[in-house]
Amino acid sequence: MLETQKLRRDFPILERQENGKRLVYLDNAATSQKPRKVLEAIEHYYRCHNANVHRGAYGLAVEATDAYEAARTTVARFVNAWTREAVVFTRGTTESINLVAGSWGRANVQRGDSVVVTAMDHHSNIVPWQILCQEKGAKLRMVEITADGRIDLADYGKALDAKPKLVAFPYVSNSLGTVNPAAQLSKLAHAAGAVTVVDGAQSTPHLRVDVQALDCDFYAFSGHKMLAPMGSGALVAKPALLDAMPPYHGGGEMIERVWDDRSTWNKVPHKFEGGTPNVEAAVGLEAAIAYLEHLGMDRVAEHEQELARVAIERLSQIEGVTIYGPRDHRAGVVPFTYGDVHPHDLATILDRDGVCIRAGHHCTQPLMRRLGVAATARASFYIYNDVDDVDVLVSAVRKAGELFGVPA
Amino acid sequence: MVDLGELYQQTILDHNRNPRNFRRLETANRTAEGSNPLCGDRIHLFVHVDGDTITDIGFQMPQGAGCAISKASASLMTDAVKGKSIAAAEEMFQAFRDMLAGGTNAPGKLAAFSGVRAFPSRIKCANLAWHALHAALQNSAAPVTTESAGDF
Repeated sequence: MLETQKLRRDFPILERQENGKRLVYLDNAATSQKPRKVLEAIEHYYRCHNANVHRGAYGLAVEATDAYEAARTTVARFVNAWTREAVVFTRGTTESINLVAGSWGRANVQRGDSVVVTAMDHHSNIVPWQILCQEKGAKLRMVEITADGRIDLADYGKALDAKPKLVAFPYVSNSLGTVNPAAQLSKLAHAAGAVTVVDGAQSTPHLRVDVQALDCDFYAFSGHKMLAPMGSGALVAKPALLDAMPPYHGGGEMIERVWDDRSTWNKVPHKFEGGTPNVEAAVGLEAAIAYLEHLGMDRVAEHEQELARVAIERLSQIEGVTIYGPRDHRAGVVPFTYGDVHPHDLATILDRDGVCIRAGHHCTQPLMRRLGVAATARASFYIYNDVDDVDVLVSAVRKAGELFGVPA
Repeated sequence: MVDLGELYQQTILDHNRNPRNFRRLETANRTAEGSNPLCGDRIHLFVHVDGDTITDIGFQMPQGAGCAISKASASLMTDAVKGKSIAAAEEMFQAFRDMLAGGTNAPGKLAAFSGVRAFPSRIKCANLAWHALHAALQNSAAPVTTESAGDF
């Protein structure tokens, strides 16, 4: 386990109290807290190096550009990207996926084609494909999940029989915690002739990611779930695909030459980064990666898996608690329901004890329909959580049971 | 700090456990659907209006689609407006809304929701049924959501 007592001192927000109690932040699948190192990196950038990037002929602008491009190199190394140019900075997973749908999708998906997603995908990896398919007259196929919360490989195979143009799936499910066999799914999709889009929002912060080993075509993630600021994130993609794709946003920086009536495009990745980029986000993301690499991603993954194991074990001892998701191959996400206590009531009651959890559909309504629930409560762990936090969670859940008289 | 007991008063816990008028009304001549897209709460409201009077009212929430606050609020609302005039029901809605916005307590059992004031994230839950009622009485066919009504 990580030394959480020591780590917590790096996170100023964890010093505050919530309703007079120690803040027990268990909504890390939604967003993570930020360590001092990240806050300082952002402040340092604005204090010492701020200028617009890629265009200044003066020293300060060169420093800003260097800081921005160094962050790109760091991200590339962190996920083992093909090249540093394979990293396109975006506002996060949602924008990354919309970029693929709006650029690659519009250029390659045609009437009658199929696009495949899974029933455990986040709305951000469903809705862009719905919009694309509706625009193109293509068919969107949703792959079913098994009773224990995994992608149904038999149904996945059937979906691939239709020779889809593109297959999208999450590496780790935000609502179930399932760690999907992303390399295998990508290989099967490639054999069917499809390109693959991996939603890495819940994997990048929590386990060692190697996009070359996954051999996916597009990999999307957000920085804010991994200690970095909101509005940071990237699309990591095979360079040849990016080269062939049309631009996504038009504007400054993404062009080579602009005539009165037409333009030519800048090189990848700049072709996809029109407008002044979020340099502070990139700088903050680099600092976050440094922090995580110092801990070691394997240890991070191990720490969270252990917390999830303990949480599942202790919550399961409460009569009336149902845990969702598979028994193994799962990340630090623990979705549960408790008798007929609605998850929103649970979240309100837990909040009184300083415990922050998420309650609702977690932006996965198709999945919720399949689970037969309108909402679940979800505790999700990160590096600063420990077994004490699990115990506070469990006793607060018991308190909710007493208040609501569960089991009846 | 406001105690949880202020929010989950016995009246609310009771109406959550045993909601009144929790049924589809076959004779309804006004209906409305209400939802809070942010949390997934959904209500179907059935009202029978005779002239100017709400002669009967019932509601349903899909399995698991209502938290204790939204369900108890719907239950207490249906009890409160049954037999009342449309104008009286709208007045109660106004009083309820005023209470949640920090004003004086609403009349009768509706005062049980006074504790919701201290829990801003739950005000929409308490208001959901009332907005659906308002829509049904206006005979507005469009489903109401807590995001479109503006003044939740």
